[in-house]
Amino acid sequence: MPRTTAKNGKKTAQPALPVGRHGLKLSLPPDADSAPKGAKAASREGLRSVGKSSQRVDGWEKVSGVAQFVDDIEFGPGLLYAALVESPHAHARILRVDTKAAEAVAGVVRVLTGKDFPFKFGLYMKDRYVFAQDRVRFVGEQVAAVVAWDAKTALRAARLVKVDYEELPPILDPMTALEDGADLIHPELGDYPHVPWFFPKAKTNVAHWRKTRKGDAAKGFKDADVVLEDTYTVPRYAHCAIEVHGAVGLYDNSGRLTVWTASQSPFTQRNLFAEALSPLGLTHKDVRVVTPYIGGGFGGKAGVSMEILGAAIAAKVQGHPVKVLWSRAQEFVNTYQRQGVVAKIKLGAKKDGTITALEHKLYWDAGAYVEYGANVVNAAGLSASGPYRVDNLHIDSVCVYTNLPPGGPYRGFGYSEFMFGLESHVTRMAQKLKMDPVEFRRKNAIKEGDILPYGAAMNPTGIQEAIDKVAAEIEWGRAVPSKDARKAVGKSLVLFWKSPAMPPNASSSAFLKFNEDASLNILVSGMELGQGLLTAMAQVASEILSVPVSKIRVETPDTDRNPYEWQTVGSHVTWGCGNAVLKAAVDAREQIFDLVERSLHLDRASLYLEDSAVKSRNKPGWSLPLKSFVIAGIQVEDHTYKGGPIMGRGVFMPEFSSAISDPETGQGGHPNVHYTTGAAGVVVSVDRETGKVRILKATLAVDVGRAINPGLVDQQVIGGLLQGFATALYEDMRFDAKGRIMNANFSDYKIPTALDIPDKTVPIIVEVPQPDGPFGARGVGEHTMIPAAPLIANAVEDAVGARIKSMPVTAEKIALALRKGA
Amino acid sequence: MRKASITLKLNGVSRRVEVAANDTLLEVLREKLGVKTAKIGCDRGDCGTCTVLMDGRTVRACLVLAMEAEGTRIETVEGLSKNGGTPLQKAFVKRNSFQCGFCAPGVTLSATELLRRNPRPSRHEIQEAIGGNLCRCTGYLPIIEAIEDAAGGKD
Repeated sequence: MPRTTAKNGKKTAQPALPVGRHGLKLSLPPDADSAPKGAKAASREGLRSVGKSSQRVDGWEKVSGVAQFVDDIEFGPGLLYAALVESPHAHARILRVDTKAAEAVAGVVRVLTGKDFPFKFGLYMKDRYVFAQDRVRFVGEQVAAVVAWDAKTALRAARLVKVDYEELPPILDPMTALEDGADLIHPELGDYPHVPWFFPKAKTNVAHWRKTRKGDAAKGFKDADVVLEDTYTVPRYAHCAIEVHGAVGLYDNSGRLTVWTASQSPFTQRNLFAEALSPLGLTHKDVRVVTPYIGGGFGGKAGVSMEILGAAIAAKVQGHPVKVLWSRAQEFVNTYQRQGVVAKIKLGAKKDGTITALEHKLYWDAGAYVEYGANVVNAAGLSASGPYRVDNLHIDSVCVYTNLPPGGPYRGFGYSEFMFGLESHVTRMAQKLKMDPVEFRRKNAIKEGDILPYGAAMNPTGIQEAIDKVAAEIEWGRAVPSKDARKAVGKSLVLFWKSPAMPPNASSSAFLKFNEDASLNILVSGMELGQGLLTAMAQVASEILSVPVSKIRVETPDTDRNPYEWQTVGSHVTWGCGNAVLKAAVDAREQIFDLVERSLHLDRASLYLEDSAVKSRNKPGWSLPLKSFVIAGIQVEDHTYKGGPIMGRGVFMPEFSSAISDPETGQGGHPNVHYTTGAAGVVVSVDRETGKVRILKATLAVDVGRAINPGLVDQQVIGGLLQGFATALYEDMRFDAKGRIMNANFSDYKIPTALDIPDKTVPIIVEVPQPDGPFGARGVGEHTMIPAAPLIANAVEDAVGARIKSMPVTAEKIALALRKGA
Repeated sequence: MRKASITLKLNGVSRRVEVAANDTLLEVLREKLGVKTAKIGCDRGDCGTCTVLMDGRTVRACLVLAMEAEGTRIETVEGLSKNGGTPLQKAFVKRNSFQCGFCAPGVTLSATELLRRNPRPSRHEIQEAIGGNLCRCTGYLPIIEAIEDAAGGKD
């Protein structure tokens, strides 16, 4: 019997809500007019802004070139520039740092080293240093900084800093790091502070080990008719946002620290800056983070990476703003990289296609510091069943230190990584069972109410509808003969899922202010990464308050002005921040109704908002424009005024979430707020001679619960799929035997150009509402990248019979496999 | 470092500026001439985000020495955006073509050059024209479609 979370007796954050077409409680506020009741609530009719593909509120700002990015802000002639001294070794002891020659260069203001900042920082585990202390752990790690009056002098002087190292043998892959007696990359691991849901193993290179155990895997494999085991490998990847990371810090003479950053996480940065620099006497109120538009994030600008340098260096050159701007090469090395993974999968199934057991062991190359990356490992460890009903499940997700650059979040947050192996394996199991791979997936796909790997119940999902629509779009089951004898055509269909990975108390908040003309300013700290958050938030408020989107301004955050948001990651802000904006809009609406009731003595229950005016069901034809009173108040009989500026406030916290569970089984908590699910398909042609793959058609159906702006959802599909196809076909980071990256530029690490797009991409939106989402919405963004890699691997095999088990599935690998096969 | 004064016509206005021999056009535009739409993405001619028009042709401002700009006409997005923008820019806004918007100025100038030379480009010609402008967000399709709209006279 399917059960929803709400019916389960678990508390959701939204009380008493109307019921939608799926019999679920929807997060639609009970407005007599604007929020349709009952079955109507889940339909598009009756909604005036939500569900419309309105133009982006930041569209012209960006096209006109007015939009400012962090490096575009002018700081005047007092601006200083910092250049970094970086480790040339993957693993070494620092014996001596000699800064004298650099300090003697004209124009150099200060040279800073690890001695100036004996501080650790980190989001989930404090294992990272502002500057290396006694040891360097990856090539490119910051050892010192030179601050000068211009960038070229800083760079020149940085080359004069002399560092003596004692080289240590580097560990460059997780399997070596796990061997008995392996050198320790962090000998003090046991002392590092971390969140309670991490389980580091002191005196090893294991920074975290997420175990998920459900049912009886041994029995499940015994019950299976077919058991299939194999290993899949995924390399590291780079985000390649076109804007590099940058930060400008100003520690003024009053003791105020302001940092302008290219970041997805202004409040998390403020918190970590204040914590790391608290020895200098800074408190949170003294720290301000301003995040103008960013030129792409994809997880790479989440948390705190190089931005700590902007904050810390500023603290040492009080009175002057100081800029740290990464070069493209530094962007590849010293931010976060997507972690590589070795995935060992064992899957058991009955002849009828029922999955009986899954063992999924993931060994992550997490790099030199895992303060954020360990949570990627954690997220995968909770969800590596994929979107399947698996009664007997055994997951080990192991976060392993290596002497490569720090791993971290990248669109998909672990799922893009593990789904390559899992969805490759699922297709191969179907082949073993002589079953249609789509039918096999349909049979095992997770349903609402199914028990998740950690024991809670699955949220509503339209995954079956997504499968049907994708299968129809690629005409699954219909073979396509190639027109060119040298090429073969193949198809594939895979599933995906993902939940936001966030602390259980990650909250969102919003302020909403009316202006004299009844236009609105909405203040949130959800970050506009390009996904269209500002537009979606305007649409949510517009829906409630009947003010057109064109009269709503939503801007990027400033922690002094805008209220709290944890971070813009995990595809959770449309949901979390959207709920906060919805509540702020309802708060404002209720203030309006209160005021009209007490000043004009109208029956409150009869009031509704339409076309930026208050109307009453009891007085047809009567209308009170919002602009007449939202600032000025309402004048009453005795000529006095009632009311005053209308300001809404909204706070959202997922109060049902908890990250605490049994460390040995992962059972007991409710770490994930919901999963977004879907299916994707491709039709490819593969050149039998060269192995070159051409994508003839790509399609992806995602259950977004409710599309606040369907056009922007379509664009997530188009953009995310291409980003994923690039990881599947040609991108990967290459390191030499000493741990030095070999392709830290766009000539050698190729990302797709306009000539590399699929011949056709078809986005499909499925809407099975999320009970606690704003208007039923749940997250989308990362999900569109997740299925890309197994889509390619499976379609290539379908076309030419070559099974590639390591990413990327390059033309070279395919051609070699075909030659070997022939 | 040797310095010299150069004169160029920036978005129709004559500007005189002192530059060093090793200054790039990108540095001078951003730091001395107030042009912020030409962005720094790679500083080696790979990404196209610093694209500007020099005497009507696209160049990567990071690969042009400022001294080479002496006597040239430089156009940037600041120049196109007066009075509500060009039909191409309007098509971009209407299609929600960009996400983060960082590549938008470079793409706009590459497409502007294309449409001036070839008012009815094929889809492949559009892909070729913006093939040197990297975008990590959009999958390019909404950009290509807007250029087709502008070329077809739709607005």
